[in-house]
Amino acid sequence: MTSPSPPPRPARDPGLQPERTRLAWRRTTLACTVAAVLAGRAALHRGLSPGGLVALALCALAWLGFLLVTQARIAGLGTGRPSPLAGRTAVAAAACVVAFAVCGAALLA
Amino acid sequence: MIDIAGRLRLWLAPEDVHAEGRTPDYRFSLANERTFLAWLRTALALVGGGFAVDQFLPHLHRPVRVTLAVLLLVGGALCAFRAVDHWVRCERAMRRGEDLPVSRFPTLLALLVAVIALVMVLAATLGWAG
Repeated sequence: MTSPSPPPRPARDPGLQPERTRLAWRRTTLACTVAAVLAGRAALHRGLSPGGLVALALCALAWLGFLLVTQARIAGLGTGRPSPLAGRTAVAAAACVVAFAVCGAALLA
Repeated sequence: MIDIAGRLRLWLAPEDVHAEGRTPDYRFSLANERTFLAWLRTALALVGGGFAVDQFLPHLHRPVRVTLAVLLLVGGALCAFRAVDHWVRCERAMRRGEDLPVSRFPTLLALLVAVIALVMVLAATLGWAG
């Protein structure tokens, strides 16, 4: 007679998909930081006009927003079976990128 | 025929995509998420390129410089919009068990980047500098 089989363990993902996704978020935050630094440089380069300051502040907000979205998603990826990306998370992340582009156009003007 | 109303609805309420079909293996959802992030990085690289053109080519004629920078910034914004659109459509296709969507966007983006690169090379070699 065989001994009772152990309870089934949750299948381990040999592809480390959650970890790769976590690192992809980190990479994207890094790219976001580079864009933010370049935006700050553009604003300072032109001398600090009121419009430049507003654009700079918006860029800082967009960067902070992206950081918060990333932290929330990475916290959600920490479980063994992560839930799929929420639509509003995707939209929020993309909105931060669009905000960078709009601020950049404003700084050029 | 592009279902514009359906796409717009998904844009305004992207959570609806999780309401239909079967939830796919979480690994496929995560792969789709990474593709979305790769497109966002592409968008950020274009935006950063726009900033860089404006700041690191100061000797270029201002109209040429501003046109290149604006083209790159617009390309970046388009890329970000497209990232969400493609993510939603892939997610929906996986849930419904349909084929993944195909699109012309990568070709268009490649052409835009090639044209901008060509103009920059010409500007640097032929001396369109002011």
